[in-house]
Amino acid sequence: MTRLQNLLLGDTTANRVVPPSGFTASLTVISSAAMAFLAVFAISLFLAAGELSNRWEAELSGTATIRLPVSETIDDQVTNVLAALDQTPGIVSARRIDDSEQLALLAPWFGQDIPLGKLRLPVLIEVEETQAGPDVEGLSNRLAAEAPGAVYDNHSRWRIPLVEAADRLRNLALISLLLIASVVAVTIALAASSALAANGQIVDVLRLVGAEDRWIANAFTRRFTLRALGGAFAGAIIAAIAVALIPSGVDAGILSGLGFRGGQWLFILSVPCLAAGLAFLATQIAVARRLKEDG
Amino acid sequence: MIELNNVAMSYGGRALFENVSLLLPEGSFHFLTGPSGAGKTTLLKLCSLQLKASTGQVKLLGRPTDDLDRNQVAAFRRQIGVVHQDSRFVDHLSVQENVLLPLAVSHKATTDANDVSDLLGWVGLDHVAARMPPELSGGERQRAALARAIIQSPEIILADEPTGNVDWDMSLRLLDLLIELNRLGKTVLCATHDLNLIRQAKSRIPVRVLRIRDGGVTAAGADL
Ligand SMILES: Nc1ncnc2c1ncn2[C@@H]1O[C@H](COP(=O)(O)OP(=O)(O)O)[C@@H](O)[C@H]1O
Ligand SMILES: [Mg+2]
Repeated sequence: MTRLQNLLLGDTTANRVVPPSGFTASLTVISSAAMAFLAVFAISLFLAAGELSNRWEAELSGTATIRLPVSETIDDQVTNVLAALDQTPGIVSARRIDDSEQLALLAPWFGQDIPLGKLRLPVLIEVEETQAGPDVEGLSNRLAAEAPGAVYDNHSRWRIPLVEAADRLRNLALISLLLIASVVAVTIALAASSALAANGQIVDVLRLVGAEDRWIANAFTRRFTLRALGGAFAGAIIAAIAVALIPSGVDAGILSGLGFRGGQWLFILSVPCLAAGLAFLATQIAVARRLKEDG
Repeated sequence: MIELNNVAMSYGGRALFENVSLLLPEGSFHFLTGPSGAGKTTLLKLCSLQLKASTGQVKLLGRPTDDLDRNQVAAFRRQIGVVHQDSRFVDHLSVQENVLLPLAVSHKATTDANDVSDLLGWVGLDHVAARMPPELSGGERQRAALARAIIQSPEIILADEPTGNVDWDMSLRLLDLLIELNRLGKTVLCATHDLNLIRQAKSRIPVRVLRIRDGGVTAAGADL
């Protein structure tokens, strides 16, 4: 705890012993800002792709319909089909939609008194699928054998590749975040390391008066952590504004999910904090290593 | 206490001195003299652990210093005040902050503001306390370095020609400071080739003079 306290508050000399400016300062601030900007977009993409995938996935699970063309042996066919469905993995339940229900479904279009018998409407079987759903191709073959002309219509199965694409997109966003984090860490480690080299005289003086490596490392770490925090904060805010300005409204697929909602705004605040954490670790490690090398 | 046992030092194979054995007891005051290039600075740097002896052993405060880790070296440095011939500073911190640096790195509560200005006043730097080191003259730098070396009242004070760039009056004041510290029980080793300074010191306290020359260190004769 005292270590953290020393590090964050420090005494005034320790705060100022590393020169406030220099190219490593601008490098750290600018790259943190740029990376935070990118990180906010990656997070936004990650969230949007996740939501899209969940939504589509939710629509997937659910119902399918089997249409059987009317024929002489329709009732036997229905019985056979129901028996077959009963043994098919991926099917939760199946039931025939009776005439009165079908009538109710059609009523809005054709009115109450439709002569169903004359229309020769196909018989419908409503099927409830599991999340994973059945093997549609195998099932279709089976149905064709039981009832020629039967059609298995699972409404939204065409969205499976879309869900996969959304999942893939989310993973890419995650990988981008990891890459951004590594670039930040490496850049700051290099900046800290070269700041240390550029300030060799200061390090010599500190050593002469008995500063331990940790004290020196903390002095540099404090500077670089604050720089990264400041830069990343600016970059994240700018990106957040840019995201907020993306027009939203109608369901536009991935685009409609790009904004941040409610608690998701906290993700933006976490970006500068994470950048500061990364800067802290990167500087500590880089400086400690460098001090040891100097002997 | 500073103890050297059979210390040899060479730079790149060229021996500077060999078989140097010294014992500077706690609370003693020694001058180190000798021609330029004889190795005075090198000897002081061995004592401040900035250089490592080629062979032999250096003991400080009764402890051997052969196998110290980095934190232990730092701990020793906090008990040794060093004034270099060409002292270096943190150039973007004020003279006062530089003088206080040893306290900052040892996490010690900063001494009384009065103590600092007393010290700066004594070495004649009170008027430049807020300036930056690059604005100081050579003599002012040496005085700032001396103030920095003694701010935390170290057990051992190593001064390398501390009066090299200052006039006689200031030399006497700096000597007063060293003598005062010695009276408080600090061990002082001061390299100089200012014989007047040595004579002045001798007239006031018991000091001993070491002469480094031709690869060896000897006690200087009574002529000094
Ligand atoms: N880092 C070094 N590398 C090589 N030779 C050095 C180094 N430092 C000092 N010397 C040489 O060692 C000799 C003694 O130097 P020094 O200890 O500074 O003498 P003094 O302080 O008595 O004038 C000189 O000849 C100097 O050139
Ligand atoms: Mg010298």
